[in-house]
Amino acid sequence: MNIRPELTNHQIGRSVPRLEGPEKVSGRASYVHNLKLPGMLYAKIFRSTVAHGRILSIDVSAARMMEGVEHVFTGEDVKTIVPNPYFGPAFHDQPVLAIDKVHFVGEPVAVVLARDPYVAAEAAQLITAEYEELPAVFDEVEAMHSKAVVHEELKPAGTFPDLKHLAGRKDTNIALDYHLRRGDPVAGFAQAVHVFEHEFRTQQVMHVPLEPMVTLAEPHHNTIIIHTASQSPSFVRIEIARLLGWPENRVQVKVPHLGGGFGAKLYIKLEALAACAALLAGAPVKVMLPMEEQFYTITKHASTFRIKSGVDHEGRLLARHCEVYWNGGAFADIGPRVTQKSGFTAPGPYDIDNVSIDSYALYTNRPPAGALRGFGIPQLVWAYESHTDIIAHELGIDPIEFRRRNILRDDRPQATGTPMTDAAVDAVLEKIAECMQWESGSRRKSDDPTKRFGRGMAIGFKASISPTTSVAVVNVAADGSVVLQLSTVDMGQGSDTAMAQIVAEILEVAAEDVRIVHPDTDVTPYDMATLGSRSTFHMGHAVRLAAEDAKRKLEELAHAMGFTDHAVWQPRDLFRRKYGMQAGNVIGVGTFIPEYRSPDPENGQSDKVTPFWMIGGTGVELEVDVETGHFRILRMINVADLGTPLNPRIVETQLSGASMMQLGFTMFEEMRLDAGQVTNASLADYKIPGIQDVPDAIENEIVAAHQSNGPFGAKGVGETATFGVSPAIANALFDAVGVRLTQLPLTPEAVFMAMRAKEGAASGV
Amino acid sequence: MVCNDMNDKAAVVRRIRFRLNGRQREAQVASHENLVDLLVRLDLFGARESCGQGLCGCCTVLVDDIAVSGCLTLAQLVDGCEVHTVEGLAEKGKLDFVQQAFIDEGAFQCGFCTPGFVMMTHELLKRIPEPSEPEIREYLSGNLCRCAAYPEIIRAVQTAARNRPDPAGVAGEHA
Ligand code: FES
Ligand code: FES
Repeated sequence: MNIRPELTNHQIGRSVPRLEGPEKVSGRASYVHNLKLPGMLYAKIFRSTVAHGRILSIDVSAARMMEGVEHVFTGEDVKTIVPNPYFGPAFHDQPVLAIDKVHFVGEPVAVVLARDPYVAAEAAQLITAEYEELPAVFDEVEAMHSKAVVHEELKPAGTFPDLKHLAGRKDTNIALDYHLRRGDPVAGFAQAVHVFEHEFRTQQVMHVPLEPMVTLAEPHHNTIIIHTASQSPSFVRIEIARLLGWPENRVQVKVPHLGGGFGAKLYIKLEALAACAALLAGAPVKVMLPMEEQFYTITKHASTFRIKSGVDHEGRLLARHCEVYWNGGAFADIGPRVTQKSGFTAPGPYDIDNVSIDSYALYTNRPPAGALRGFGIPQLVWAYESHTDIIAHELGIDPIEFRRRNILRDDRPQATGTPMTDAAVDAVLEKIAECMQWESGSRRKSDDPTKRFGRGMAIGFKASISPTTSVAVVNVAADGSVVLQLSTVDMGQGSDTAMAQIVAEILEVAAEDVRIVHPDTDVTPYDMATLGSRSTFHMGHAVRLAAEDAKRKLEELAHAMGFTDHAVWQPRDLFRRKYGMQAGNVIGVGTFIPEYRSPDPENGQSDKVTPFWMIGGTGVELEVDVETGHFRILRMINVADLGTPLNPRIVETQLSGASMMQLGFTMFEEMRLDAGQVTNASLADYKIPGIQDVPDAIENEIVAAHQSNGPFGAKGVGETATFGVSPAIANALFDAVGVRLTQLPLTPEAVFMAMRAKEGAASGV
Repeated sequence: MVCNDMNDKAAVVRRIRFRLNGRQREAQVASHENLVDLLVRLDLFGARESCGQGLCGCCTVLVDDIAVSGCLTLAQLVDGCEVHTVEGLAEKGKLDFVQQAFIDEGAFQCGFCTPGFVMMTHELLKRIPEPSEPEIREYLSGNLCRCAAYPEIIRAVQTAARNRPDPAGVAGEHA
């Protein structure tokens, strides 16, 4: 079989331009943002103004009376259709609209529906609520023992077996405590010649997709269609069906293009409110957040990481203890999984025989935190790579040389016991050294005496979230044209294009000729979610299997139609012969779930905790103005092990985009809170990276590697370039001006204050 | 001037006439509606409201050849003006040289910000036909891209500048 022979075997590794490019540049790509339906009502949410309080009363009467307002609903109305209206992926702790209590400033309390969004917004201003304020807790370390308790009782969702034991726990803010033990840490520290101990902190930040979160729910006779900007259509269907007590097949979830996701649009967000409001109103309801309100939906965990290492004479790490506190905010969202799935990589990509990890997911009265590009990994790398740099400097060992002595090399067991197979830690490290000409020490010097040059680097790694399932369907029409049905959401990462390349490779067509059906749970099969850089590997395999299944069926059909093994045929010839005309389909199905072994609940050990490892590192050269603390990134080099990339061009954009996003989280992004109130919830006050923030030079290097169990040797990409950015910058600042910052963001003020403090200390002031 | 019978009694509704992507249009517009609201009513979705504060450039359109933030432009103010949106660029479905350059350089990921960047690039190249990199950065500093496709966007502007059709009307490489 061969449709376009000149293309045979050239689909993988080809930099196919994004399939949806023409739609995107012409402004015609469809986003839920654009969607309008006849009779549609716009929703406006009335939100809590206190961080923690009992609801005494909610007065919606004035809003209800306003002309043009169709409905106003509160938690009590929701209860009439969903008796237990609490949702969430790990814990059922999030009410559709507040019931009895509010847990953070910004929690949805009531919703107004009107045909005109301006009317809905004005009416929402007429709602008032009275609260009896309760003591609140905002800091993750304080939350460990605070008298203020965010939720009376823990309510694990039941989806994750390893959270079940938490059911019914009372009077605690610890949503999950995760522990790992390897070797004998006490003995390891006892043997150590040097012991180092530090604490690092990260701030709360937001994903800020430029298409703010949006969902449109459309009720029908006994079904509901949910059009939503979601990264996890399958989960939305399951969770909405569970809330309503319906079978899955009465809930249809459709996702067109996403205007950015980065983890913000995962699991279930506005969908529960949109569905309930639409069912109560009996009309389509669009919940479309303005930019400001995104800051009250989901954020990235603020964190505190206490790390302690014991080192021997030769600069070998003997023992490490990691204590990580994750500020999960008011609802757990996926925080408990971050605590565990990222927690076990807290010691870094180092070969250490004796390790202990204690990682805690904490409830606080802040806006909730969940997954954001890296699933907790950037917070960890920030700490362990700053710590590593400090140790190297204090021991007088070159930071790269110190890492060479300690990194996990081929197939060595990581802290969980799972071997580092196909994990090019050393190649990434050496590539950074090479690009930065580290050894030859070519150090730039500025002519300007007020400027200091510095360089720094960092490496990190991540496991894939496991075990998770992907299913794909490849549908060959009677003219031989191919459609791929999958629930992976292309939010800009280029999955449509990469998946089309896999189908094209196997069915010997051009990637450009494969049509992708965007997620529609009536048509596209189950996929766990588009998160954690899992799609290339998991969905990539499912798509490969589906295409292979279709190919096998075509070959069987050829046989049945009398073609010999060596005959040349086109798929359309087979259908014609079989059905006498252009008719019929061949449907291939692929399902993939990787091998996995649950960690031992006692010590966290497992020899198969992840199907693959992602390795990334960053090198930075910068220049600090010693008079002001301002610094400029002259050069940023991102190095990654991605296996064998399916589409090198798209992969490179992914790397530079991820590193730029992390650069924002490193240098200036920060949600500022005052008594739980976000005081900078808008792009006017919360700055994200712009074009002027791009370093003078940004380079992306992909090391030669192969993921032997990956589809065509590939593995995930989306998060890898976030890992090393923050510590690389902090390490370069230290190199430049000798100050060590331990709290993100690394603002000019922070650099300035640290320089002055150091001078003060030096002059004895 | 009449009261908006739909909703807000205080809103002043006016009939405006303007040219949109080369065609004469008329619309009834309330005083609080912005230009993005109006375009959406006319089923044009390329200009998108994101920040709503004039800070991200997702809503960029050209009014009398000047790039403006649609979210900050009251719709009534385009009465008598010439409005160009991204949808007007591709004639008969053929992408123009700026759009093509964005594809050639892979200058977007999610694409939400792209129409704004494309419109801004048009204005830039009209003023500075061969912009330097600092000039490109300076000119596009009011447009945000959360996917951070900035390095590719800079290259796309440079490619567009090279492929720009001759202003005298002679077609360039991609025109
Ligand atoms: S939406 Fe108009 S500038 Fe951001
Ligand atoms: S491409 Fe996603 S915001 Fe620019």
